[in-house]
Amino acid sequence: MIDVAIIGGGPAGVAAALALRARGIARVAIFEREASLGGVPRHCGHPPFGMREFGAVLTGPAYARRLAAAARAAGVEIYCGHSVVGLLPGGGLDVVTQQNHFALRALRVLLATGAREAPRAARLLGGDRPQGVLNTGALQAALYLQNMVPFRRPVVVGSELVSLSALATCRRHGISPVAMLEPGRRPVARWPLTLLPRLLRVPLHLRADIAEIRGGATVESVLLHDGRAIQCDGVLLTGRFVPEASLARMGHLAMDAGTGGPAVDQYGRCSDGAYFAAGNMLRGIETAGWSFREGAAIAQYITDDLCGGLPHGGEAVAVLCGAGLKYALPQRLARVTRLRGVLQLRVSAAVRGQLCVRAGEAVLYRRHLTALPERRILIELENIRLPPGVAQITVEILA
Amino acid sequence: MGAAQGSCEAAWLTPSFSRWTLRGMFDVVVVGGGVVGCAVARRFTLQGARVLLLEKAADILSGASKGNSAILHTGFDAPADSLELACIQAGHAEYLAIREQLGLPLRASGAIVAAWSAEQAQALPRIVAAAHANGVADAREITSAEILHREPGLSPAVLGGVLVPGEALIDPWSAPLAYLLQALENGAEVRRQTELYSGTFSGIWNLQTSTGAVQAKTLINCAGLYGDVVEERLLGATHFTIRPRKGQFVVFDKAAAKHLGTILLPVPEAHTKGIVLTPTIFGNLLVGPTAEDQEDRARAATDEGSLRMLVARAEAMLPALRGMPVTAAYAGIRPATEEKHYRVRHEPAQNYIALGGIRSTGLTAALGLAAHAWALHNGTQSLIRAPIPAPIAFPIWPQAPRLAEHDTRDWQAPDHGEIICHCEMVTRREIEAALAGPLPARDAGGLKRRTRAGMGRCQGFYCHASLAALTAGRFA
Ligand SMILES: Cc1cc2nc3c(=O)[nH]c(=O)nc-3n(C[C@H](O)[C@H](O)[C@H](O)COP(=O)(O)OP(=O)(O)OC[C@H]3O[C@@H](n4cnc5c(N)ncnc54)[C@H](O)[C@@H]3O)c2cc1C
Ligand SMILES: Cc1cc2nc3c(=O)[nH]c(=O)nc-3n(C[C@H](O)[C@H](O)[C@H](O)COP(=O)(O)OP(=O)(O)OC[C@H]3O[C@@H](n4cnc5c(N)ncnc54)[C@H](O)[C@@H]3O)c2cc1C
Repeated sequence: MIDVAIIGGGPAGVAAALALRARGIARVAIFEREASLGGVPRHCGHPPFGMREFGAVLTGPAYARRLAAAARAAGVEIYCGHSVVGLLPGGGLDVVTQQNHFALRALRVLLATGAREAPRAARLLGGDRPQGVLNTGALQAALYLQNMVPFRRPVVVGSELVSLSALATCRRHGISPVAMLEPGRRPVARWPLTLLPRLLRVPLHLRADIAEIRGGATVESVLLHDGRAIQCDGVLLTGRFVPEASLARMGHLAMDAGTGGPAVDQYGRCSDGAYFAAGNMLRGIETAGWSFREGAAIAQYITDDLCGGLPHGGEAVAVLCGAGLKYALPQRLARVTRLRGVLQLRVSAAVRGQLCVRAGEAVLYRRHLTALPERRILIELENIRLPPGVAQITVEILA
Repeated sequence: MGAAQGSCEAAWLTPSFSRWTLRGMFDVVVVGGGVVGCAVARRFTLQGARVLLLEKAADILSGASKGNSAILHTGFDAPADSLELACIQAGHAEYLAIREQLGLPLRASGAIVAAWSAEQAQALPRIVAAAHANGVADAREITSAEILHREPGLSPAVLGGVLVPGEALIDPWSAPLAYLLQALENGAEVRRQTELYSGTFSGIWNLQTSTGAVQAKTLINCAGLYGDVVEERLLGATHFTIRPRKGQFVVFDKAAAKHLGTILLPVPEAHTKGIVLTPTIFGNLLVGPTAEDQEDRARAATDEGSLRMLVARAEAMLPALRGMPVTAAYAGIRPATEEKHYRVRHEPAQNYIALGGIRSTGLTAALGLAAHAWALHNGTQSLIRAPIPAPIAFPIWPQAPRLAEHDTRDWQAPDHGEIICHCEMVTRREIEAALAGPLPARDAGGLKRRTRAGMGRCQGFYCHASLAALTAGRFA
């Protein structure tokens, strides 16, 4: 029997496998539906990846190769070309390969299936339905894995980190974006990266959003909400990551509307204690390095759990996401005397105020906060002491 | 008319004349590769006719048949004693009769016409009476308790409804594809990217198309959204005018499907069937369509306001949909006309049949319309009647792509190559099959309709690149 089955061989899944092997877990298996390990970095043909993990600045594909080599060297059982298509209570997986379709059981399962960008439909973006409306992930895969250039003069939507990396990718492949659109009042990514559009001479339009995509077979133009039209031959929809959590959603695990991923406790444990989750599948986007460390950290908890050393998940304190917040992760806390780990938060709009954790009237934590969307906001859980008897705590931002 | 054509005409009046000696001459030219044209091509081919189907787009199903609700109707709410009702019921029956041989799916979901206001509830007895008058004997009124027992996810605001057990779900693309494939396997021809420009009748039809001249004894106009245009090109005047009516849809993630098993129909309004919330054969949940009159016959654009309205309507009926991810949004255009009924015209003197204005029930009625067209053609007693040899005794039954969620899919069988589209579980073998055979996909839409590749929740984030590589150089 497999001790730990890991679904997804990206940075989070591989890091977890390495950590599990390092702590002496005998049978650790990764099930990856693609032909090789590495996850999304396989087609991010740009640095920076791997600074903390491998002490070098690598491109995505080089980083993916390092991950795969490390997993092999550590004695991880690697099953590429294996799609997990169903989760059963208690740790049963339904797996499909080119040749067959089988079920297996593992003592614990780690979900590490990553995240993807919200597609056009999920954004309810109207207009015609021509070819050439893509996400960054699809663009990169086309360029790096297939050597295909899907458009020459696209409009880029979004100004997250990934949007800027998309600009750089375009430039490297002779694609000249005609405009970058950001619905908000300011770019989402941090200065000085936000200078990139200007450096690449791509006009950045703030408070600009597409009302309608126009075209026949291919994109001809986009119409903005303010009435402006921009001629282009493609639309690149960047960012707005959502967990690739359909396995969990279709199955029996409790989901969280805020993150779009499964609801977990501070150990990454799902509503079914045989399942854990790590990496971008928990919340949409973080860096590869973050996902890697998270995978390793959750692997430690899985090891503890296999040895009977993890506090019981039964009676947990719910973490409610209050005013100003888009999500709070984890969504519940197993009750222990000393909490470990971090509370990860995101806001949906720029805010300034008091970040506050309370249980009823009692304030458990408080600090001043100025925050922008998609920026990492953390609270070290060791700073929070749960009063006895509380069933829930609320995290919120008070103006 | 030239001498050569004259001899043609004389020749085909001689029963012993071999049809193969007249290469350019067809018994029937079907204009339009929508669901109606595909069904007509099949029916006439099986009756023994030499059929050519012309489609102006790169692939079939590029018009009204591209986007619909995929419901196989019973006709419970069709106009009494109408041709539409007869064709719906004949089409429904024939679909049930042939579907297993063609490998076509059916999900016997049943439908509930749900009343959400006192006014709508008052209309329910009338709906039952009309259904019974239309021969749908098993339609009956049900209480809100019974509805909620059957569909516990529905909003308790539902006041009551009419259960129509016979309404069912089918695959709206594999069905017409299978009809045309069966025609092709049994001797018909198809020319895509071939637009009918004009034609004159002088004993036979001499047709001009974008890919050359064609001759035929009989012409059947199944041009859907361009039915009036084609009729004008052929007869010089048209008996109907297309008034395109757009319908937008939102498709929810497959996770939504567990919340609803029955088609949820609204109490019909004067104008249209109203907004439907329904499972699909592919395991999604669909809400729509809107009903928007527009000038444009080709442009099926969506708009954010309507999509948001549809999501809100769906959430109100099925509260579990709140927060459910949206997988896709699309629009279809109904070939409505200035009148509600089907615009069928038969000109025996010119061997011309128009199956026009097949507005909102054509997916169901197509096989029935095809049989009706055959009956019209066969009943013609004029001198210039085009004799058709004899029905094909042992027709070939090709297999439609098997895409229904409840059937065994290709990825569940060995040696499928690999899974290319992970959201819809489409295999390399399925994609290669769709690019081969007598009717290979000719554009990205055609490939999606044959395989569902890229139609799932990621909308290409994972599979766009591999699909682009597999299809490079294959499309028109
Ligand atoms: C366009 C783009 C550019 C980026 N640029 C950078 C950057 O420059 N620097 C940086 O640090 N980060 C970058 N990132 C983010 C980084 O790629 C992610 O943080 C990281 O890949 C997350 O790792 P993960 O293991 O959680 O998920 P992923 O890398 O997404 O891996 C998930 C794996 O799970 C597999 N999988 C999914 N479902 C199944 C299933 N059902 N069965 C089997 N296998 C399955 C997938 O095939 C995939 O291999 C970028 C991301 C994108 C999209
Ligand atoms: C929103 C919506 C929901 C619906 N829901 C349902 C449902 O649930 N159940 C049901 O039974 N029906 C439903 N329908 C109805 C059904 O889709 C239509 O009745 C049917 O598609 C009409 O098919 P058609 O073959 O007549 O027309 P089309 O599909 O428009 O086919 C005509 C074809 O002719 C071609 N053509 C046009 N001009 C020329 C020319 N000059 N030369 C060559 N080719 C030409 C076009 O390119 C086109 O492919 C719905 C329709 C819509 C729009």
